[in-house]
Amino acid sequence: MQESLEAVFGRFQGRSEELIPILQQVQEHFGYLPKEALRAVADFTRVPESRVYAVATFYAQFRFRPIGRQHIMVCRGTACHVRGAPRILQELEKQLGIKEGETSADLEYSLETVACIGACGLSPCVMVNRQVQAKFTPQKAAQLVRRSDSAAASQTH
Amino acid sequence: MADLRLTIDGRQVVVAQGATILEAALDAGIYIPHLCHHPDLKPVGICRLCMVEVAGRGMTLACLAPAEDGMVVKTESQQIDKVRRVALELLLVNHPGDCLTCAKNNRCQLQRIAAYVGVSPQRFARLRRTEKTLPPDDSNPFFLFDPNQCVLCGICIRTCDEIVGANAIDFAFRGFQTMVSTLSGRWVESSCVSCGECVVRCPVAALVPKRYQQPQHEVQTVCPYCGVGCTIYVGIRGGRIVAVGGDRQSPVNQGRLCVKGRFGHDFVHHPDRLTTPLVRRDGQLVPVAWDEALELVARQFDQYRGDAFAAMSSARCTNEENYLMQKLVRAVLGTNNIDHCARLCHSPSVAGLARTLGSGAMTNTIQDIAQSRCIFAIGTNTTAAHPVLALKVVEAVRRGAKLIVANPKHIDLDRHATLRLQHQPGSDVALLMGMARVIAEERLYDAEFIARRTVDFDAFRASLERFPLEFVEQATGVPRQHIVEAARMFANHKPASILYAMGITQHTHGTDNVLAISNLALLTGNLGIPGGGINPLRGQGNVQGACDMGALPNVLPGYQRVDDPQIRSKFEAVWGCTLPPGPGLALTEMFDAMLRGQIKAVYLMGENPLLSEADAQHAERALRQLDFLVVQDIFLTETARLAHVVLPAASSAEKDGTFTNTERRVQRVRKAVDPPGEAKPDWWIICQIAQRLGASGFSFSHPQEIMSEIASLTPIYGGMAYQRLEPQGLQWPCPSMDHPGTPILHTQRFATPDGKARFVPLDYKPPAELPDDEYPLLLTTDRSLYQYHTGTMTRRVEGLEVLDGQERLCINPHDAAAMQLADGQQVIVRSRRGRVMVRVKVTSSCQPGVVSLTFHFAETPTNVLTHAALDPVAKIPETKVCAVRIEPLDGPPQPGLHQQITDTTSCAGR
Repeated sequence: MQESLEAVFGRFQGRSEELIPILQQVQEHFGYLPKEALRAVADFTRVPESRVYAVATFYAQFRFRPIGRQHIMVCRGTACHVRGAPRILQELEKQLGIKEGETSADLEYSLETVACIGACGLSPCVMVNRQVQAKFTPQKAAQLVRRSDSAAASQTH
Repeated sequence: MADLRLTIDGRQVVVAQGATILEAALDAGIYIPHLCHHPDLKPVGICRLCMVEVAGRGMTLACLAPAEDGMVVKTESQQIDKVRRVALELLLVNHPGDCLTCAKNNRCQLQRIAAYVGVSPQRFARLRRTEKTLPPDDSNPFFLFDPNQCVLCGICIRTCDEIVGANAIDFAFRGFQTMVSTLSGRWVESSCVSCGECVVRCPVAALVPKRYQQPQHEVQTVCPYCGVGCTIYVGIRGGRIVAVGGDRQSPVNQGRLCVKGRFGHDFVHHPDRLTTPLVRRDGQLVPVAWDEALELVARQFDQYRGDAFAAMSSARCTNEENYLMQKLVRAVLGTNNIDHCARLCHSPSVAGLARTLGSGAMTNTIQDIAQSRCIFAIGTNTTAAHPVLALKVVEAVRRGAKLIVANPKHIDLDRHATLRLQHQPGSDVALLMGMARVIAEERLYDAEFIARRTVDFDAFRASLERFPLEFVEQATGVPRQHIVEAARMFANHKPASILYAMGITQHTHGTDNVLAISNLALLTGNLGIPGGGINPLRGQGNVQGACDMGALPNVLPGYQRVDDPQIRSKFEAVWGCTLPPGPGLALTEMFDAMLRGQIKAVYLMGENPLLSEADAQHAERALRQLDFLVVQDIFLTETARLAHVVLPAASSAEKDGTFTNTERRVQRVRKAVDPPGEAKPDWWIICQIAQRLGASGFSFSHPQEIMSEIASLTPIYGGMAYQRLEPQGLQWPCPSMDHPGTPILHTQRFATPDGKARFVPLDYKPPAELPDDEYPLLLTTDRSLYQYHTGTMTRRVEGLEVLDGQERLCINPHDAAAMQLADGQQVIVRSRRGRVMVRVKVTSSCQPGVVSLTFHFAETPTNVLTHAALDPVAKIPETKVCAVRIEPLDGPPQPGLHQQITDTTSCAGR
């Protein structure tokens, strides 16, 4: 972890106003903000660790637990909502065995909802690892889970 | 500035400039509901409860609005009531209504406001109450955090930031989820220092002590721990201490306490307390009656009068007790072989500063530190060893002072530092003289002060030639530009204060280190002025007093030399005896004298040399060789286990007397509870022994009478009397009963014969033992915030053991990687003198090549490793530097190992 952090810190000067960009890059690297990394950021920027945490928890973009390899975001914008987002979310929760905001124990899936992806014309939408899946359905939800499970299985074999 | 006159609710109120409307009202006894206001903190106006109406201006927050002359303020109106009620109801919506069973019942600010504003049951029932079920955090052993009780006033957060400087907590998350949180959520895993300052300020039950009982009555006394000497109120109920709080009126601590001072008093009632005298029979210590024990002690002492006798006095005992101890040793037993633990901490300060300034004590006050414009903290881990004094450093920095921290380790104070110098252990003279050289070369010194108040400047200046910056850089490992920067910062910000502690003194060149500090302060004219000074931070609670009382081999009370016949005859006349003329042996010399058979009997009071002495095995061998060893203590310490007679003493909570803190303030210690069993105050025990030895002058019925005798013989204590020490104590020198005491030393003249301070030319001497191929690492020693000295008291406080109950060898990540050591791994640390087993803590707080240990833990007796090489002047051992090597241990710990090292570990961890 030390080396990765030093690589990130190398791009900054350690000023307190750099806190948010530093946090973004640390999350970019680890997928989330590990506690030890937050302490290191506090040391580097000379911002108290509690304040680093206060800033990080204020913004929805920062996470404090590892993210799944499949990061699924279900859009709950108005257009997606009226075209069945709640059922999609329900089906994904059922298929994955986790609730919204959770990550599966094997770190394969994270399930989140977002207010709007900005692709209302393609609603209902789901985003998987930054790829928008248009005109999503509960059936596709089941397929998505099976597909990536078999992909993972073939990788390990 | 003129006072302000304003009208509040038709009453004329007068306040000082700068007060807010709320302060003006509260001062005048007019209650305005408020929740987020605290007199120690800056106002923030977040609770919206203190709304008032100002004529011509309308509604305003009383806590934020400055009072103005002629202002007309109303605290009651329909509109105010409406606003206040909404603010209150929004809080009540989120607050459990379990007042009767709440820990804060009757002491809760929210309860008080609800009672004042008045909430009808109908209205309360109609509130859409939220169900908050956030998990409370009970990770801290001393207090509980329940976010469900929290009203988000932020007082705890601001206390931790503005007063403590630990910044462990802040508002985390947002909106409805907003809560007070540490980085991890668990308080013990954060930078929280468990001082409880937030707990005492919390207006509701969000932060409460885990164990709390309302005391029946309170007694004002002095904290038993470090030399800061915080004034405390001990709350008593049923003959037991149930709560401890700081004295807000105290000039020492203004009510603030550290974790030990607030929560570390359980040892007083610990079942391990000695309750009866013990005498060794057939190898076993068996309980006997006082008479028998005292008779035996007197009979034995009688046989060893003269230089075959030695006493070790105690910095945890009162002035009166230390005075009696040295009187017994000198007047009755006829030897000057008396010393105490100051030998191991600040003997170089006493020797060094007495030489240059004429007086070896802290020159300024604790409060003064906050007025400094530059603080140079060298060889002091202030937040760990003198936590409440460190708050003044934090305060000064918040006021804009520069802070230079020089320490071989990366310490907590670094977070507040303007400039951080991580020098090699033992290179202090080079660093200080290097800074002096820059100041001299750049002519930043105070020429007027040097000419008027000092001598020997030219010789000193010439000696700076021996410290070219290339050399200083190489010796200290500090980059040259940092040395230059530090020198300029120190010289250009006056008043500048120097704080130092064991990092300076515990070296074979400890006295030189102190002299170098003295040179630097003289060079910049930083003596005799508020906010300046040389401030050696004394270690134990009454170590200053024990020195003042002459528990030293070369001086009588008040630093009056034993080798001065005039002084001796003054004491002889009062004591009715003939005093030995030559100085006795220093503590560190006594052990060799025991091994040589020269000292045969030792009287040891409140000391534990088996853990505190450098090269502890050597000390143990010496003590084992004695014909007769008496140990007087509150616990059966590692050393007491070797004794022939053990005498049970009263703790400082169980007797009257005085302590003198690090700023020379003599303060009253008051009896709060009875000693357990047959335990007796040390002064009583000493008097009994003296009387059984046939001595007169020991028939005291109260410590007050002893203080009268001290005052009559000790010029610097001449004006000390118990009634004068109420309520805040007096700072010596205080030569007469009408003298107000002396907060700052050397304001007009120095305490030297000619009134002038001395510069001292210096040379650089490396530490006595440096790493080599065989022992490649440098071991330095430090302290934990949560433990104290050899742990006899703190290790019997359960919560402190939870927070830090185990020794760790701190080692730099690079060294750990090179040796393939993992965090938590067991290793053997070996020096030329001994070895200990310990777990590794990998941390960048140590620089490469340097490892560190504390000496608090009996099961890891660090001082079997340390080097007993002595400073030639002060006779202090070099406990800050020795060479060690690390041998990894595979597999589980070997329990038998410590028995081979020393058999004292049978009582390890109590």
